[in-house]
Amino acid sequence: MLSYAIKRIGLALLIIFVVMLVMYAMVFLVPGDPASLALGPRATPELKHELMVRMGLDQPIYVQVWNFFRNALTGDLGYDVWSKRPVSEMIAEVFPNTLFLGAVAMSIALVAGIGLGCLAVVWQGRTVDRVLAVLSVSMISIPSFVVAIYLLLVFAVWLGWFPAIGAGEAGDWGSQIRAVVLPAAAIAITWVGYLARLVRASMLEVMSANHVRTARAFGLTQAKIVLRYALRVAIVPVVAIVAVGFGSILSSAVFVETVFSRPGIGTLITSAVQKRDFPVVMGCVLFMTAFYLTVVTLADLLMAKLDPRVRDTLRG
Amino acid sequence: MSEALLKVDDLSISYASEEGPVQALRHATLEARAGEAIGIVGESGCGKSTLASALITLLAGNARVTSGSVQFGGRDILSVSEEEKRKLRGRHIAMIFQDPMTSFNPVLTIGEQLVDFQDQREGLSKPEKRQQAALMLKRVGISDPVRCLDRHVHELSGGMRQRAAIAAALLMAPQVLVADEPTTALDVTMEAQIIHLLRELRRDYNGAVVIVTHHLGVVGELCDRVYVMYAGEVVEEGSTDDVYHNPRHPYTQALIACDPANLHEQTPVLPTIPGRLPDLVNPPRGCSFAARCPRVHERCRSEGPDYVEVGPRHRARCHEARS
Repeated sequence: MLSYAIKRIGLALLIIFVVMLVMYAMVFLVPGDPASLALGPRATPELKHELMVRMGLDQPIYVQVWNFFRNALTGDLGYDVWSKRPVSEMIAEVFPNTLFLGAVAMSIALVAGIGLGCLAVVWQGRTVDRVLAVLSVSMISIPSFVVAIYLLLVFAVWLGWFPAIGAGEAGDWGSQIRAVVLPAAAIAITWVGYLARLVRASMLEVMSANHVRTARAFGLTQAKIVLRYALRVAIVPVVAIVAVGFGSILSSAVFVETVFSRPGIGTLITSAVQKRDFPVVMGCVLFMTAFYLTVVTLADLLMAKLDPRVRDTLRG
Repeated sequence: MSEALLKVDDLSISYASEEGPVQALRHATLEARAGEAIGIVGESGCGKSTLASALITLLAGNARVTSGSVQFGGRDILSVSEEEKRKLRGRHIAMIFQDPMTSFNPVLTIGEQLVDFQDQREGLSKPEKRQQAALMLKRVGISDPVRCLDRHVHELSGGMRQRAAIAAALLMAPQVLVADEPTTALDVTMEAQIIHLLRELRRDYNGAVVIVTHHLGVVGELCDRVYVMYAGEVVEEGSTDDVYHNPRHPYTQALIACDPANLHEQTPVLPTIPGRLPDLVNPPRGCSFAARCPRVHERCRSEGPDYVEVGPRHRARCHEARS
């Protein structure tokens, strides 16, 4: 188990390194060098050169990549070209908002998705199951930014139940929670549909398994069979999907944060791209990659813990 | 011998299908007394698994009882409420499953499951139930029961799994023990060991044992009485000795002739019974074995045979049983 964990972490670091190389290549492939972009069209060549030296852009590429990687590992992601603030500080400032949004969205998706999936299993083949099937597929196919606009219109503009923009007052949990409901729902809705389908399929398969029949043959109650014998087996593929889903939830956050004008890593990236603020874009992408890989790695480890069969294939 | 503990009376069960109801079990009648082991043999599709499911009140969702009953403890256990059925299972009627690899939950340890299986036992704490489980594992010949309790099913060998499945069934000292193909998943050596174990366990078990199998040898080793099934019907029943040495139904005779254990000379082709099972959606009007029977005559095709007594507690459903 430990050697497996070490292997996974090593792999994650390698992926981060590759992502960084691709990012770096992108900066060099887009027209215009970062220094001219930062200084504008009227900058003198001397000024440009000075900035190039300060940004380390006069060095050979492999030195630049190495420096960036080394700095990134120590938490130094460079500086915002415009405000000169450290990128790591900017990320630290807005990331909790995005994380909170993602966590709330994921919780909604898990509770509603697993709940609806179990309902469909209980009423399998009946009207409830059919209605849920149509509903889930609709939820999967509507993009989250469309849902976001409708939610905004109905619940914020017409009904006025939730604020339309912002992340709530700092330190005031009530307003923060009110502010997170609509954007989180907008992100979660796809995943509610997706998880409902997945849980239904997974549960139906497990409920017809021999070991569930054994549990029945020993007179266990239906509740105990569903919750302890079936759901624990059925949940394993869900954990794997949820981890990947967390990455997709973070990328939906980029749209949804913009629609709701919510401070977060999504709005930070969007505005940095518009301003050609490469250090911020790179820092954010690198940070998101690292964060996503951490989640996936933790999920794999959790899966190994939930399913002893996975654990053993790793040991062997 | 005492009164029958478990009595199946004229039981018919059919499954809903697109072509119409499949009559998997037709007018089956059998009984098992306390301390007695009965065997139910027949080829695949003869209705023996349906019968086993009925005995533990775990019929499939599309199954329907069209006639008869299963009498246990003075009532028909197929017509009581779901809750009462649940309370019978495990506690009074337990089952040894066919394939222990898939019959244990893959993510819970053997110990957790053996503790859960005693849910219906009152007045015992969890550690006591665990203790009980360890004792039972020891009794079925698992040398390190405590370690086995903390294992998952995929970590055990085939023989260990089967032993654990037997231990599970015996945990609450049920009055009826149903074993569905208890040795089919095992290799020959393991099979011999498990049969040996079951024989030993039988000595101090005073409930009724029902062994469902296609394997004549297993029944011969373990059972006092045997019921031979064909196409959903019990075609012959009697003491194992009588039925094996003096089979009266042509199907039983053919089945015994086809058992490789009864071949005394080398043969390039194993003997088989020609023909196929009849269609169970529209079973034949006459004898269900008529189409494959070597001794068939006119009457067999038009009139289904009744039981014909051929000896003490030995009868066969054949017009020709006495000849």
